[in-house]
Amino acid sequence: MFGLNKKDGTLFLIVIAMTLLAPFIFNPFPTDSAMAQFNAGYPDLLQRFVIFGIFAIGFNILFGLTGYLSFGHAAFLGVGSYAAVWIFKLFTYNVVPAIIFAVIVAAIFSVLIGFISLRRSGIYFSILTLAFAQMSFALAYSVLSNPRFNLTNGETGLQVYDADPQMFHHEGLPGMPHLFGLPMRATHEMTLGGWAFNFNVGYYFSGLFMLLAFYLAIRIFRSPFGMMLRAIKSNNTRMTYTGLNAKPYTLAAFVVSGMYAGLAGGLLAAMDPLAGAERMFWTASGEVVLMTILGGAGTLIGPVLGAGLIKYMENIVSKINDNVLHQWFSFMPDGLEDVMVTLIHPFVGKGWNLTLGMIFVLVVIFLPGGLVEGGQRIARLFRGKKAREAEKSTQSNPAE
Amino acid sequence: MDSFILQILNGLDKGSAYALIALGLTLIFGTLGVVNFAHGALFMIGAFCAVTLQRLLSISHTVIDETQKDFLGNPLKVEQPYVIDWFGPEIGNGLIEWSVPLAVIFAIPVMVGVGYAMERGLIKHFYNRPHADQILVTFGLAIVLQEIIKYFFGANPIPTPAPDALNGVVNFGAALGLEVTYPLWRIVYFCFAAVIIGAIFAFLQFTTFGMVVRAGMADRETVGLLGINIDRRFTIMFGIAAAVAGLAGVMYTPINSPNYHMGMDFLVLSFVVVVVGGMGSLPGAVLAGFMLGILESFASTTWATTTIPGINQVIIYLVAIIVLLTRPRGLMGRKGVMED
Amino acid sequence: MGILEVKNVNKRFGGLQALGNVNLDIAENSVHAIIGPNGAGKSTLLNVLIGKLIPDTGSVMFQGQSVLGRKPYEINQMGISRVFQTPEIFGDLTVLENMMIPIFAKRDGVFRMHAFENSANEREIVDQAEAMLESLGMADARHDHSASMSRGDKRRLEIGMCLAQEPKLLLLDEPTAGMARADTNNTIDLLKQIKAERDITIAIIEHDMHVVFSLAERITVLAQGTPLVEDTPENIKGHPKVREAYLGESA
Repeated sequence: MFGLNKKDGTLFLIVIAMTLLAPFIFNPFPTDSAMAQFNAGYPDLLQRFVIFGIFAIGFNILFGLTGYLSFGHAAFLGVGSYAAVWIFKLFTYNVVPAIIFAVIVAAIFSVLIGFISLRRSGIYFSILTLAFAQMSFALAYSVLSNPRFNLTNGETGLQVYDADPQMFHHEGLPGMPHLFGLPMRATHEMTLGGWAFNFNVGYYFSGLFMLLAFYLAIRIFRSPFGMMLRAIKSNNTRMTYTGLNAKPYTLAAFVVSGMYAGLAGGLLAAMDPLAGAERMFWTASGEVVLMTILGGAGTLIGPVLGAGLIKYMENIVSKINDNVLHQWFSFMPDGLEDVMVTLIHPFVGKGWNLTLGMIFVLVVIFLPGGLVEGGQRIARLFRGKKAREAEKSTQSNPAE
Repeated sequence: MDSFILQILNGLDKGSAYALIALGLTLIFGTLGVVNFAHGALFMIGAFCAVTLQRLLSISHTVIDETQKDFLGNPLKVEQPYVIDWFGPEIGNGLIEWSVPLAVIFAIPVMVGVGYAMERGLIKHFYNRPHADQILVTFGLAIVLQEIIKYFFGANPIPTPAPDALNGVVNFGAALGLEVTYPLWRIVYFCFAAVIIGAIFAFLQFTTFGMVVRAGMADRETVGLLGINIDRRFTIMFGIAAAVAGLAGVMYTPINSPNYHMGMDFLVLSFVVVVVGGMGSLPGAVLAGFMLGILESFASTTWATTTIPGINQVIIYLVAIIVLLTRPRGLMGRKGVMED
Repeated sequence: MGILEVKNVNKRFGGLQALGNVNLDIAENSVHAIIGPNGAGKSTLLNVLIGKLIPDTGSVMFQGQSVLGRKPYEINQMGISRVFQTPEIFGDLTVLENMMIPIFAKRDGVFRMHAFENSANEREIVDQAEAMLESLGMADARHDHSASMSRGDKRRLEIGMCLAQEPKLLLLDEPTAGMARADTNNTIDLLKQIKAERDITIAIIEHDMHVVFSLAERITVLAQGTPLVEDTPENIKGHPKVREAYLGESA
């Protein structure tokens, strides 16, 4: 099926189903129930799930396969966003050329940065990419936004103004990003009993790209090229003494993952035609690292899970405030209720980053394989010893 | 000429901070072989030691001052810090005013403790894991530490002034007939940094402990074979490195009001400094710290920023990239340290 | 004229003369051992042969082409394969995948993306790799994680991976260091078998005299960075100079 083996094919089918049915799956609670705050089925968040999913899948092609830890991948995402917004400004609000251009520009950038950064490995590589990303941030934030040559519009962020040429824009087309006239923001709401489900054009458009990106990633992981990348990670000495120059392979992986980031950046701009320098800040690069590790670096589904979890937490956990907490623990005696609220308070609302940091530290220490490894461990607990033995060979394969 | 000297001076204080952080990073990297992304957080915690001490000293209670009246004619209620009750107004106010320099004393045990806890509690389990894992776990730790500080102190910068006596401006070109006015505290900061750096080098150079540590940095295995408990010494080195970063943070508070993400801001640049100086080279770290600080200061002059807009924002990264590509080991890096 | 010719090679590290006037001629299809006490310059010589070190003077020619200044992967492409003191294999990969990589490399050269290899071609590579594993007697272990194998098996796999590239010269650096006696003997047998089956030149740098005298057709003795004697094993055994070099070392 699709040129994949049975296991990968099943995984891909599950991901397709999840993506298509996401407006239902992530919206399990009726609109007016107390649990509705945990719903994630609204377009804005769903879009983020898939777009950052693309970003993390791409990052994983580099980090998961070759082991090169880039701390500057957000630069490509930012470049992609800027490129897309420029297409909106100059030519048309149609997202297709914008996204193509975003990927191309990100590819050019990643060839340049990758070519230089990959001259070093290990920690030097991480710091070089970090330096490049911070430089790009500084360039976007101030250097390239001077009156003589305003490429990024500095602090305000690049956006589309009425005075912009938009050469191919004409009457009848929506004044916002659209796909041949179909606005990205268009949402169909379906009410079913107490539930309200949202079907958003932008989400399905990005979701389609995510599926494509995911499929490509499976193919890369399973290809001889993917095997070569894993071999480089495993033992570069043997690779060189097998007559292979590792650099073209790693550069190719770097560029592919840079293009993924560019695609994600372009899609972000397509959902909301705005590009700001903060998208390139190194904390943004750190975030994609967190997503990938949290989900499981080197696994296929891990980055998608990690991206989803982090974006979900960012949106949901940060919305929980003391009132909500008091509601939850209202069944307890008053004193105990206050204690519980005080205990949990630092970890929710504005403190969600603390929760994220702690989860991350715990995952790196106890579960280096991320959520996927956690899932595998749990699955193994439920299976008999015989099954465990049989699993041994497949489980040891890092590219599960 | 005047402005030339001024730019060098301007670069010194930032350079001092870079040098101190980079020195600690290099000590940790050289001894323990760990890439510590949480080192900036230590700098930040140090800065917040100063804030904490200032707050502790300012804890006050309400007293009714009969000598002053409010606009209704009632005796005025004023907040009076306890230190004034205990030591009298002169010493009490003096303590509050001098809280930043005093915080140096307060910060040393705190930072050594934090460093010790960090090393024993977390980092020691990562000695034999890949560098990527070390980066990741210390990065996570840095997030946790800065979020904890944010929880207690809020997200806004907290002004922490220097004592009035050290707060002025000096013109120290006067003797030479030049006009070079410069904030006094920055001079203090530079001298402080110079003393600390000198002390570290002297410690490593002239004590047996330092000798073992230096030997360990050069060849860990051999020193381990000599039956010397190198790990315990390295733990102490981690504590010292943490204290250095913390003190750098304490003294930096009057220059820049501390906020919870200042550590990360400095960390990225300090890493660049370490790499430019040469991974594992202590003199390299110090040299590169001052060099990049001064370079940044020159790039911030109006002349430079009008010629190439924004050059001050990117100069350090540009230099780092050029250095790494032409001298992959950095300015003073040794062979065999972190090579692939 | 041999397959590998080393002429007048000198290498100094600071004040230390690591290699002094080394001349070496390894004949095609021979098994040539280089022995010598510790610090005799064996590793330095090896590093010169594989392009890791560039000597101060002299030349190293492989089949009439200089190897000096070439990158390790280029030297490998010339037909020199190397076996390391500690087996260098792809520990994260399965045994079969380990074997597939040199076969891919042999087929495609330095770089070809083969991102989407068609399954027929891939099947062919797998078949070749499995045949190779079969001949090494490791076919049953093909889906094992290679890092979990015994040291002897890792060595066997590493040698197999080198052979899969069909090299003209196989360089072995203390191939039995740190091995149990049984594993050592297995390795010796494997090398003998290889020599019997193929047209291949084998150069061994070795400490273990048992290995050297079971395999070598010619032996070069290095001492203090200079070749002392070169002769057949029988003549080397009783050679007074050799005894002196070794005894002098231990005394």
